[in-house]
Amino acid sequence: MSLQTNKNRAAPPTGTVLVIGSETTNILIDKRSGLVALAVCAVALTLVVLALLWGDFPIAVREVIDVVLGGGEGLVRTVVLEWRLPRALAALLFGAALAVSGALFQTITRNPLASPDIMGLANGSYTGMILALIFLGGSWSTLVAGSLIGGIAAAAVIYILALRDGLQGFRFIIVGIGVSAILASVNTWLLLRVELEVALFASAWGAGTLNTITAATLVPAGLAIAVLFCLLPMVLAPLRQMSLGDDAAASTGAAIKPARLAAIAIAIGLVSAVTSVAGPISFIALSAPQIARRLARSTEIPLLATGATGGVLLLASDLIAQHVIPLSLPVGVVTVVFGGVYLVLLLIREARRTM
Amino acid sequence: MSANPTGPAPLRGENITLSYEKRQIAENLSLEIADGSFTAIIGPNACGKSTLLRALTGLLSPVAGQVILEGKDIASLAPRQIAQRLGLLPQTATAPEGITVAELVARGRYVHQRLLRQWSSEDRKAVDEALRLTNATDLADRRVEHLSGGQRQRVWIAMVLAQETPLILLDEPTTYLDIAHQMDVLDLLHELNMAGRTIVAVLHDLNHAARYASHIIAMRAGEVIAAGAPSEVITGPIVSQVFGLDTEVMADPVTGNPMVIPHDRRVRTST
Ligand SMILES: Nc1ncnc2c1ncn2[C@@H]1O[C@H](COP(=O)(O)OP(=O)(O)OP(=O)(O)O)[C@@H](O)[C@H]1O
Ligand SMILES: [Mg+2]
Repeated sequence: MSLQTNKNRAAPPTGTVLVIGSETTNILIDKRSGLVALAVCAVALTLVVLALLWGDFPIAVREVIDVVLGGGEGLVRTVVLEWRLPRALAALLFGAALAVSGALFQTITRNPLASPDIMGLANGSYTGMILALIFLGGSWSTLVAGSLIGGIAAAAVIYILALRDGLQGFRFIIVGIGVSAILASVNTWLLLRVELEVALFASAWGAGTLNTITAATLVPAGLAIAVLFCLLPMVLAPLRQMSLGDDAAASTGAAIKPARLAAIAIAIGLVSAVTSVAGPISFIALSAPQIARRLARSTEIPLLATGATGGVLLLASDLIAQHVIPLSLPVGVVTVVFGGVYLVLLLIREARRTM
Repeated sequence: MSANPTGPAPLRGENITLSYEKRQIAENLSLEIADGSFTAIIGPNACGKSTLLRALTGLLSPVAGQVILEGKDIASLAPRQIAQRLGLLPQTATAPEGITVAELVARGRYVHQRLLRQWSSEDRKAVDEALRLTNATDLADRRVEHLSGGQRQRVWIAMVLAQETPLILLDEPTTYLDIAHQMDVLDLLHELNMAGRTIVAVLHDLNHAARYASHIIAMRAGEVIAAGAPSEVITGPIVSQVFGLDTEVMADPVTGNPMVIPHDRRVRTST
């Protein structure tokens, strides 16, 4: 199946790709990836509606519609607009941010096990955040700065320790897992040392939670994530070209070093933005890119579908954490369980393939 | 056999020293790729041919010296500027899992594409033409991982052709090919050369180099031992110096170019 070629319009390289736009201004979209992204977005939308309706305070569909249209009773408005909607949007956006950062890491390292959570970046962000909380107080900007610096520092340490093999080696992953474990213990130790209130405040984030999300915390983190997303198109083409191998990519004109650096910076930024508000939420970054890639049956990790998948995973996990389990758990606990299952399945698959 | 009037050398290495981390591969090496030439680089395994090509294409920065591409230090050019002038077929390149031939060849168009113009009719034409030249049109919709070694090699060459650069450097383009396809590739390179492109190819078969190339650069252990026309470079003494092998060099009955017949150890001991 391919688009017809007429004189003014160039057919795409293969039938599975769609050229959108005119001859002079256009983009290429993989048909199946695009459809998967749309389908997953539809699921996400359904989950958002569910998130608005579901909870101890019963709200009917009609009331939600009223609120969306600008009407509705005061209390219903508060519940929908100030409690449930920010939380649902945060889950979607943070899930997307984590998933995209995982996709960037996995693309750069060419390894499906590489992701900012496995590699200790989230734990590093969390360390930075706790330190900022202890020494600089708890304003949002210091927490963000702390978590950003923590993430970058963790990445730098891993990079230096793993340097010998470059970014592709397994060493990079193993060192990352080690650093991640060390940082986790450092975090526990820090929390044991500080005053009780500070520890309680900080450990509320410890497992990764959306309980504390309000519109006021969501907006700045959301803006940061939006800005980082806007930078993505600049690194996508060179990253895609890098799947040919560094030499072939560079000799066809891709600026691979700056692209790699920018992609890592964006990935760290995304994780830090999420961690500063919600704490270290694990396994979304690891699993969403691979799930999306399987769904799209695509060569590369499809970024739109990955983001949508991450959003759906985190929102679904949060709904389970809030409503399905009798005690209200942090969402991070649910994603860990989900991630454990995912890892086991992945390992079984790999074992089958190599046996 | 040079096809074109030669201008100033489009690509030169001036006293370049090449090394990987602390390991020095070549020291103070100078060479010129003549305009419009078909230059073959020959030399034993691990003598630094691939390393030299990486330096000539700006992938590896020399520790000392300069590579000059059309009068400018290649270190001062952006990857895009380099990629508009020269294309490289690396010795090892990986095709992403699941990619089709047409998609792979289209990747050669990278330098002609922009953020908001990812595909144009020029791209289509270049890809079709590259597939046609390499006899790979019928493979267009096949997956690269399902091809034979020789088919794969032709497809990678097609990718480099799709880049449409005046200079093309190929690292062992005939490896993996059967004798007929080796000739096809060399004939194709010759045609491209006749059409005005400058070709640089690492070749292991000295007879191919002697027959097709207008210039030969012979390397050993990171040094250029000889450079010039085939008749100057493919001689008994030079081949023996470069490869450490006794040979007979005679006139190729087909073309009259030099032709190399190696002695093996049995012949040597029996004489
Ligand atoms: N990335 C690298 N890091 C360190 N050393 C390298 C690297 N690539 C090549 N070398 C070394 O540099 C030397 C020259 O290698 P090069 O690949 O240039 O040889 P070559 O002439 O192309 O050989 P062949 O005919 O086998 O392809 C070899 O000793 C090789 O081991
Ligand atoms: Mg080589």
